[in-house]
Amino acid sequence: MDDFNSETDSDYTSYWRDWFISSRGNEYFCEIDEDYLTDRFNLTGLNTEVQYYQYALDLVTDVFDLDCDDEMRETIEKSARHLYGLVHARYIVTTRGLAKMLEKYKKADFGKCPRVMCKSHPLLPMGQSDNPNVKAVKLYCAKCEDIYNPKSSRHSAIDGAYFGTSFHNIIFQVYPALIPTKAYDRYVPRIYGFRVHAPATLIRWQHGQRDDMRKRLRKLEIESGFKDDEEEVEPEDSEEEEEEEEGEMDALENGEMDGGGNNQV
Amino acid sequence: MSSSSGTPESWISSFCSLLGHEYFAEISEDFIEDDFNLTGLQTQVAMYKEALEMILDVEPEEDDEEEEDEEEEEGDESIEGEERSSRRAAAERRHHRMASDLSIIESSAEMLYGLIHQRFICSRAGIQQMSEKYELTHFGVCPRTNCESTRTLPVGLSDVPGEDTVKLFCPSCLDVYVPPNSRFQTVDGAFFGRTFGALFLLTFPEYDISKKGAEVLSGNHGPRAVASHPTDTDDKEKINGMNASNLAPGLGKGKMYEPKIYGFKVSERARSGPRMGWLRNRPSDIRELDEAALYHVEHPDETDDDMSMNGVPTQPRQPTKKSRRPNGGSPMSIEPNGDAFT
Ligand SMILES: [Zn+2]
Repeated sequence: MDDFNSETDSDYTSYWRDWFISSRGNEYFCEIDEDYLTDRFNLTGLNTEVQYYQYALDLVTDVFDLDCDDEMRETIEKSARHLYGLVHARYIVTTRGLAKMLEKYKKADFGKCPRVMCKSHPLLPMGQSDNPNVKAVKLYCAKCEDIYNPKSSRHSAIDGAYFGTSFHNIIFQVYPALIPTKAYDRYVPRIYGFRVHAPATLIRWQHGQRDDMRKRLRKLEIESGFKDDEEEVEPEDSEEEEEEEEGEMDALENGEMDGGGNNQV
Repeated sequence: MSSSSGTPESWISSFCSLLGHEYFAEISEDFIEDDFNLTGLQTQVAMYKEALEMILDVEPEEDDEEEEDEEEEEGDESIEGEERSSRRAAAERRHHRMASDLSIIESSAEMLYGLIHQRFICSRAGIQQMSEKYELTHFGVCPRTNCESTRTLPVGLSDVPGEDTVKLFCPSCLDVYVPPNSRFQTVDGAFFGRTFGALFLLTFPEYDISKKGAEVLSGNHGPRAVASHPTDTDDKEKINGMNASNLAPGLGKGKMYEPKIYGFKVSERARSGPRMGWLRNRPSDIRELDEAALYHVEHPDETDDDMSMNGVPTQPRQPTKKSRRPNGGSPMSIEPNGDAFT
């Protein structure tokens, strides 16, 4: 490394972190504050997790000043990225970190839910394990409460531990206003407008589960988070009726299509 | 009418090889040439006849003599004069068509192809072709982590063109997803339609729908693929006539995401607690569903909009033990000339 850094040590400039978070494929990461990185307490235990820990930390904080060959440099560079990721998982559950990730969430930097009924709800990165090298990063949708694989292969190679198993749930505890309204909207497989028997049976069962949950919550006077929260939960058979109407309506639509009334193009 | 059935230069194969058209099957000319299959489409597209000719690679002058042409070419005859030979007129007409109408005909042909396609992929030949594409993972895999890259099917949420773009149906979680590549966001969902996805499941009950798309691509046959290789469908546990292993295998215990904070499950009682578990749930004992189904058989009023496994909505459910030939085609018995569109 040159002595470029030593001259600018006193000025606050995060060359390495700037470079890291703006690199292609690193869009899910936010920038960790200098203060957070230099407080040794925040890095507890990471020295055994990261090879060439001190050099890696120096690189991340732009004070790296070692004369070494390219191979060594590359090894340290790799360690620095790993260290950054591990600190990142801790940082994003701090007040500052949550706020930074919230900004990215609002911009949909983590992508949008691929589930059609979620209507492009923004996603949050998450890990299925807090230990590195176990599972790659996944994306959580707070609308359907499920997890999805990143679309791009450059994201699906990122370690899930760099985001951890808790961040995407903590953010909604800290910012409850962010919790999206939950919806009943779902896909119902149909053939010429008619519901298919086996899936329809499963769907009925699932709706039973959902209604049971809503009854439990109502009993405890806990907000269910569904959009019709003010309304009373109807007895189970009324929804069944609703679905049947839908089925009939769809059959009609189908017939209408075949009649071919509309001239367009 | 057409001289060759499978030349690489045909309009159909060039349409299907366009970027973003990867989901389309190549409709057989036989299907298009059967007027019955086109019932009702004449009024759906502009310049229908020309569009149809374009799809079939028919030279326009071949049917100059046909009566339908005259009304569409009103102006030409008087301008050109009656003394001109019909051959000359045809050439002029072609030139005229090239100059001004070609783009209209082209977009009409695409619309018409899409509308025929919606019907074709629900025919025996069409669904067979789509199954080959499915096996080759041409339609991609489910983005849901717990579906473990099971293959998806292209579907529409509407049968009416212009309403929505093509989506991907995952048989493993019974949900629909936006295709990952934006090039599919210009493909009309009506060109695949609402019926194909579910019809596919009923038509090929012997498919192991939980098989990963990646396994197919890499030719890597994991233990699961071998273990569940379909040999005798009758031996399998059935749920309402469907192989139990094929009813939403991506759902239920072990396939549901459970929110946790520092290793502890987030309680339902929390404001931010889980509310959508039902959407990804499935009874651990699938017979629970059979019982529910029996209830509905006993109360037929409540099931009359259900499609039974035999594909006849108005008939009562038939015994699930009824054996089917493993590759005997569709239990739905949808024929190109069937009554689906009457
Ligand atoms: Zn979602």
